[in-house]
Amino acid sequence: MTDMTSSVQSTFVRPAQARRDIGIKKRYAAERRFKAYGLTAILIGLFFLFVLLWTVVSKGYTAFQQTAITLPIEFSEKIIDPKNERGANPTKLMTANYPLLVRDALVKALGIDPANKPLVKQATDMVSASARTQLRDLVVANPAIIGTTATVSLLAEGNIDSANKGQIDLTVAEANRKVKDQQIEWMKTLSETGAMAKQFNTGLFTYGASSRPEAAGIGVAALGSLYMMLIVLVLALPIGVAASIYLEEFAPKNRLTDLIEVNINNLAAVPSIVYGLLGLSIFINFAGMPRSAAVVGGLVLTLMTLPTIIIATRAALKAVPPSIRSAALGLGASKMQTIFHHVLPLAMPGVLTGTIIGLAHALGETAPLLLIGMVAFVVDYPGSPMDPSTALPVQIYMWANEAERAFVERTSGAIMILLVFLVVMNLGAILLRRRFERRW
Amino acid sequence: MNMMSEAAVEKALDQKMNTVPFKMIGKDVSVYYGEKRALFDVNLNVRENTVTALIGPSGCGKSTFLRTLNRMNDTIDSCRVTGKITLDDGDIYDPSIDVVELRARVGMVFQKPNPFPKSIYENVTYGPKIHGLARTKAELDQVVESSLQKAGLWNEVKDRLHESGTGLSGGQQQRLCIARAVAVSPEVILMDEPCSALDPIATAKVEELIHELRTNYTIVIVTHSMQQAARVSQRTAMFHLGNLVEENDTDKMFTNPDDQRTQDYIMGRFG
Repeated sequence: MTDMTSSVQSTFVRPAQARRDIGIKKRYAAERRFKAYGLTAILIGLFFLFVLLWTVVSKGYTAFQQTAITLPIEFSEKIIDPKNERGANPTKLMTANYPLLVRDALVKALGIDPANKPLVKQATDMVSASARTQLRDLVVANPAIIGTTATVSLLAEGNIDSANKGQIDLTVAEANRKVKDQQIEWMKTLSETGAMAKQFNTGLFTYGASSRPEAAGIGVAALGSLYMMLIVLVLALPIGVAASIYLEEFAPKNRLTDLIEVNINNLAAVPSIVYGLLGLSIFINFAGMPRSAAVVGGLVLTLMTLPTIIIATRAALKAVPPSIRSAALGLGASKMQTIFHHVLPLAMPGVLTGTIIGLAHALGETAPLLLIGMVAFVVDYPGSPMDPSTALPVQIYMWANEAERAFVERTSGAIMILLVFLVVMNLGAILLRRRFERRW
Repeated sequence: MNMMSEAAVEKALDQKMNTVPFKMIGKDVSVYYGEKRALFDVNLNVRENTVTALIGPSGCGKSTFLRTLNRMNDTIDSCRVTGKITLDDGDIYDPSIDVVELRARVGMVFQKPNPFPKSIYENVTYGPKIHGLARTKAELDQVVESSLQKAGLWNEVKDRLHESGTGLSGGQQQRLCIARAVAVSPEVILMDEPCSALDPIATAKVEELIHELRTNYTIVIVTHSMQQAARVSQRTAMFHLGNLVEENDTDKMFTNPDDQRTQDYIMGRFG
């Protein structure tokens, strides 16, 4: 026994120089190098993220302001309804010459000779053509306004708005400029009297498509996107979860289910435009659904989101420890009770995260929508998912094709709104995960 | 429930165990995992209100045999069981037998404590709820209290019944699992190495609990600890390489076994 211990000791107290060189310094250096690579990668990523956000925000923040010209408008009966027919024929109010009211107000405010036609034209050009509908709506809503004078805030025309925000280069020769010297004079006078001022641009959130940037907004597109998200949520979540539960818990493990699994994984990687083609041929050409309707967009995005949800749900189901299943089965719970009482609730954080990320992905998707005709100039809010509508990213795509300076800032502004939606959805996913997460 | 009177149990303890009637009878039980055969014609009977310990080296089939007793092997796709196992003369592998009902009669406690990540109260009431044993709040309260009391956990948790069961210590979790199994009033309780994840103090508590439960339940326990088998069981069965080597009174098994392999295993010569 003593012999044994002494021999054991002698092997432990070996002379230090007999130790082989295992390159400890090299190992630590390799570790430090690897950490440096990782840090560099993160910094590069952060840098590009910052550049992206900076570009979008610096170009887009001005879109949330809009120049308005506030003028006392005289709702003269002579112009609106010279023959006093509105009692008998209310449509008279719809067709009245409202721009004349604006012209008169401008002439008065700027002190222009009404006979100088070119000058008057320059002045009226400063106000958006949407003033016609704005005044018409005021009068139709309240015909008693006729004959009185009311102060109305009118949208400035897009180029005047850009000039007021300092986005138009005034050093360019007047002939090559959208905004004339005389108009700039007037802008100064109007600004001094407080008639021209920048306000928060609520129109950006409420208006639909328009060829006049000052009257264009994402409201209609956002409603289309909302319809599609609801359709995706209502269809993709139950179908995806049911498919995952069947595949993960009930389906026999054989060649066929392996094949299905491989295909689901592949479908998640299929370019989204292919889903657009599929939607075009099945939903529109075969099933005869309306073109550019949110219902078709929603169905296409559902197909696109399903693989994401199925993959996330299956991963979440797999992550539930088998001991929980054994516990429930051992108590005499049926397979279905085991899944719905124990496994699925535990998998819920993963399922919800997968669903929200899938939804966020679908919200930002443009390509498949182009193919089913959702690149449409939609002015009115869609009353139902069957009506023509467009989507947020499609609206951005369409604005990005426009030349006016005011559309450039609106493009970035809409991107910011879309990004805010995405961030909110992802935050929602994180919060839900926190809320449902349980230890086991 | 098949209950024996206290006196009968005491008497049975005093007398040789072989006068106690059989609760479950395993006849020529063989288990296959795919092509691999894990159990070879095991004939093992479980006596009523008795603790039967299954011992043997790792991979000898004792857990497999245990899991055939409440058909937990059914959850493994490739697993196939032949032979006959009866519970009170009813074949538990008969197609007319509902596995849900069987598992309500033959409960199970697992190696690792596996409480549901729910409150202590919900853990205990889950079984009674799905089997319709208790419906009203008062009934459920009653079940929770009596089950936790039987598991010796009531005094420790009565003030925090609505806290998570996973927040308990390992030993408490295992006793919660026992309470959960007891709550459905089973006749047989199967325990698969219930103390292997517990410290000695928690182990002692669980062993004491097993000892108390014996008056009302038939218990089959798989264990790797010879001392534990000797302490808690009245009958011991020794498995080796998928065969039942010997089944005997625990006292005899640990003092004078019939089979040389049992002797060797208990002495620590293999396994």
